[in-house]
Amino acid sequence: MELKTLALLIALSPLFGALVAGVFCRSLPRGVAAGAAIFGVSIAFFGSVLVLLDVLAGNTFNGEAYQWLSSAEYRFSIGFLIDPLTSLMMLVVTFVSLMVHIYTLGYMRDDPGFNRFFAYISLFTFAMLMLVMSNNFLQLFFAWEAVGLVSYLLIGFWYTRPTAIAANLKAFLVNRVGDLGFLLGIALVLAHCGSLDYAAVFARAPGLSGVLFTPWAGASWSLPTVICVCLFIGAMGKSAQIPLHVWLPDSMEGPTPISALIHAATMVTAGIFMVSRLSPLFELSETALSLILVIGALTALLMGLLGIVQHDIKRVVAYSTLSQLGYMTMALGVSAYPVAIFHLTTHAFFKALLFLAAGSVIIALRHDQDMRRMGGLRKYMPLTWIVCLIGLLALTGAPFFSGFYSKDAIIEAIALSSIPGAGFAYTAALAGVFVTALYSFRLYFLVFHGQERFAAAHKRAPDSGHGEAHGLSFGEKPREPSRAVTVPLVFLAIPSLILGALFVEPLLAGDFFAQTFADTAHGEVMRGWRLHFPGALAMGLHALATPVFWLALLGAGTAWFCVLFRPEVPAMLGRRFSVVRAVLENHYYFDRLYQKAFADGARALGRGFWRAGDTGLLDGALIHGAVRFAARCAAWGRALQSGYLYHYAFAMIAALAFFLAFWVVPAWGASGFPR
Amino acid sequence: MPPAFLSFAIWIPVAAGLVVLAVGSRRAALSRMLALFGALAGFLVALPLYIGFDATASRFQFGETSSWIPTLGVHYALGVDGLSLWFVLLNSLITVLVIVAGWRSVEKRVSQYNAAFLIMSGLLNGIFSALDGALFYVFFEASLIPLFLIIGIWGGPRRVYAAFKFFLYTLAGSLPFLLAIIYLRVQSGSFSLPDWQNFPLDHGTQLWLFFAFFAAFAVKIPMFPLHTWLPDAHVEAPTGGSVVLAAIALKLGAYGFLRFLLPIVPDAAQEMAPFMIALSLIAVVYIGLIALVQEDMKKLVAYSSIAHMGFVTMGIFLCTALSLEGALLQMISHGFVSAAMFLCIGVLYDRLHSRQIEDYGGVADVMPRFSALFLLFSMANAALPATSGFVGEFMVIMAAAGKNFWIALAAGSTLVIGAAYTLWMYKRVCFGAAASEKVRALSDLSAREFALLLFLALAVLGMGVYPFPVTEATHTSVAELLRHVTTGKIP
Repeated sequence: MELKTLALLIALSPLFGALVAGVFCRSLPRGVAAGAAIFGVSIAFFGSVLVLLDVLAGNTFNGEAYQWLSSAEYRFSIGFLIDPLTSLMMLVVTFVSLMVHIYTLGYMRDDPGFNRFFAYISLFTFAMLMLVMSNNFLQLFFAWEAVGLVSYLLIGFWYTRPTAIAANLKAFLVNRVGDLGFLLGIALVLAHCGSLDYAAVFARAPGLSGVLFTPWAGASWSLPTVICVCLFIGAMGKSAQIPLHVWLPDSMEGPTPISALIHAATMVTAGIFMVSRLSPLFELSETALSLILVIGALTALLMGLLGIVQHDIKRVVAYSTLSQLGYMTMALGVSAYPVAIFHLTTHAFFKALLFLAAGSVIIALRHDQDMRRMGGLRKYMPLTWIVCLIGLLALTGAPFFSGFYSKDAIIEAIALSSIPGAGFAYTAALAGVFVTALYSFRLYFLVFHGQERFAAAHKRAPDSGHGEAHGLSFGEKPREPSRAVTVPLVFLAIPSLILGALFVEPLLAGDFFAQTFADTAHGEVMRGWRLHFPGALAMGLHALATPVFWLALLGAGTAWFCVLFRPEVPAMLGRRFSVVRAVLENHYYFDRLYQKAFADGARALGRGFWRAGDTGLLDGALIHGAVRFAARCAAWGRALQSGYLYHYAFAMIAALAFFLAFWVVPAWGASGFPR
Repeated sequence: MPPAFLSFAIWIPVAAGLVVLAVGSRRAALSRMLALFGALAGFLVALPLYIGFDATASRFQFGETSSWIPTLGVHYALGVDGLSLWFVLLNSLITVLVIVAGWRSVEKRVSQYNAAFLIMSGLLNGIFSALDGALFYVFFEASLIPLFLIIGIWGGPRRVYAAFKFFLYTLAGSLPFLLAIIYLRVQSGSFSLPDWQNFPLDHGTQLWLFFAFFAAFAVKIPMFPLHTWLPDAHVEAPTGGSVVLAAIALKLGAYGFLRFLLPIVPDAAQEMAPFMIALSLIAVVYIGLIALVQEDMKKLVAYSSIAHMGFVTMGIFLCTALSLEGALLQMISHGFVSAAMFLCIGVLYDRLHSRQIEDYGGVADVMPRFSALFLLFSMANAALPATSGFVGEFMVIMAAAGKNFWIALAAGSTLVIGAAYTLWMYKRVCFGAAASEKVRALSDLSAREFALLLFLALAVLGMGVYPFPVTEATHTSVAELLRHVTTGKIP
């Protein structure tokens, strides 16, 4: 099959599934809707495998599907670009999506919105595929917003829960702030390159270097920096980088399968993908790259720290996602694009695994998500326990696990970089390793080891959830959920285990990405990394002697100490450092600040404008004022026409006196008295 | 001689309106059927305009000319180009939708109600196709009357206040316009628009003509600070009135800018462009923030209409091909989206007799089909890509960035503000737990309502996914317009 036809088939088959499941969601039996959705995604997955094989054979494709619009000298099209980066992303997206589709069969089994859910996740798969397969900025933005829409729909999937519908509105609006930056970046690209096609823009990109942007008279900034910062603001929204990260933890209000698919594995990595895809632009601005590096470092460290104080199992994983996205962003900042994409890939698998495993625990405990009411689950859920451990080890970067190769590569790449901010980023990345191990194993020990605390859970009133009863009833034991849930776990655990070792050589040291990313002076980092690369096995062995490994071990040990050995220590530390605890428990006060400054501020401003401007000045003073003035004039006019003869006579005499005084007398005065 | 499709598009709805009026409200069912028939006929005769339109020609097409008042030189001259064509089509289509929308919800004076809409539809088509200044003015003023009656008779509790406010505002605006027309007639010796477009005018004259045109058209759009009549008119108007007001009547002002202001006083337009862009940006930001705090759904959508029209005026006065076509697409899209938003609010109002957001909540549970469609229109209102709402705003923002980054930034703020006011309303109306027993007892869309909204949904999506045909038909006319603007006409 021709690559273009195949690309169309891959993109459209999930859309087909979504339409079938969505349009008829109230009439179709569950099996049919789910079947159509799974069928569509399966086709997309197998097609993606074919595409990857085709790309490995050296074929690429770049072409237009149809022309969306033309205006003046511009033409805007929908089209596909299939290259190594795209094919890898397609594979990741469709595989995780397929696993999540299957998992959903079990997880959402009893939900009345079963069909609707399938429609949404298939629609998401379509949108995400359009995003990674785009060959131009316009379609990228289309899909960018479309995944945002589906994310909005899915966070608010249980639309009667107040927390869910607050979270989805927040997610949409925060993302829109990022999108504003993104759109302005795109607008500048169009204004200065005359096209939105990647190929045309990249061809003209070198000409932008050194061009100045005049924000106001007398100032001049570097145009590439302005463009790249604008574009990166978009990435900050979607990939939840400080300070636009606030929506992601709240997005956990959505059902767990979509936390895995959208808010961990695929959609939130769109920002990483975008910056990599646009590397020829970003390479033009060292300032922008530095900014990216610092933002990534801040996110990686600060968000990781928040993971330590969470009690909700999904929120721990969510903060770990934020932190890992920070790592990917750091890799972008040091121009190590293949490393960023590599970590994106391994992270997609192990993070989807972790979320789905968390979901498995949540089902087993009847939708209780609080880790304080878990413990000792390894006895009851051995499979979930093992796969979760694999996922956590991959997350921590334990040697030979998939996450190790990608994360180690990031840290090494930062060490090799000399871009401003690299020193700070290196420190943050190392500290992040300790923090990651700490929150990961805190979760592990709290959930799977120690005392069984779920038995007491039924006494507590539920504080979250869909309004049904939560937690196990008295005496009930958790057990492994159905096969629809466990099979995807196994299929995700395998790549979490081995993918890193398999892929590290071709992706980073080999020439899979040889033509994909811009190669400029910053390419030093990758070249240096390749020079040091000893092979996958040796890399793992070598790591055992590095500080990175010891930091991770220290983190895991600390977690063991604080959770199992001396459980009273965290509380004691919390009392001792109450300020730190308050800062962490309030998520650095970002939410409160945004609520006050933007949400309340905008409403106060709107109310002020409305009262003072529209109803006060325009309507009140001017319009009604004019009406009152007219009425008053009319009243005077009415008073004059009283109908009494003596009024009129008086008016005549008064007027006569007036004329005499002002006209006749001065005229005499001027010409003298008539003789 | 080819059939006079433009005359048909004007006079068939008017004639149908008179027939419906004659039938009377006693035979309500018959008058409804006749009204629908008349509206459909009006739409069908407008279709050949699109089919037979030659997108490569810059002249006016489907022209008709005959002398009307020979002593004054007034002609009955009609014609459309790539700009006005869309408004005739949109107007004829919206009329059908309005008649269908009022099928059940209007019980009072049915035949007068439908007749008012039909007659107004014909008059509006007259405005969009008139090529004679006097004829334009006659249609322009005459179209006020049916809308005035619709608001004043079928409106809400404060309908008389709203109707008078609407009438006086627009009338006050059009008096300077009348002076301008007379002046142009005296100077150029003709009422013909194409003649006026080529008639040289010095700088001072252009400037006062600019303000005369501005007064008439800025009120209609409406532009800040001449907008305060619109929220009142919308809140008091019946659903159909709001639909026509938002979808068509607001476009008259922008159309006037394109047909009169830019080509007749191009130099003044260029000179005043920064001022107009500033007013447009105020509409986007200031009005957007006001929309955020509205408690009445209709008022909220009315304010959002003003904000969206800010993009239209911005596109017009940025004066590039991209921005002008963006303005045009924004107008067409707003025709669909605002119509759909007002119909959705009408659907709720018909059931609960309230437009207060606080009276709702949890509608999604009891009205799933309605909520799905309402969400689509809300997203279109928030300019989500792949809906029509995105296309125009995208083009205008792209064009703005080419001129000035900060204009683009201020305009782009609609991405956040527009989403905030629309989706916050949607959240409070549709999501959450059912607000009351009354809400819990709501029934989902009837087949008629569903068909109506589905049609608009397809239009919104179709235009968002494939706007190509629309812009393709406008390129030549926009280029012609730009030629007038760039050459200038100071002698």
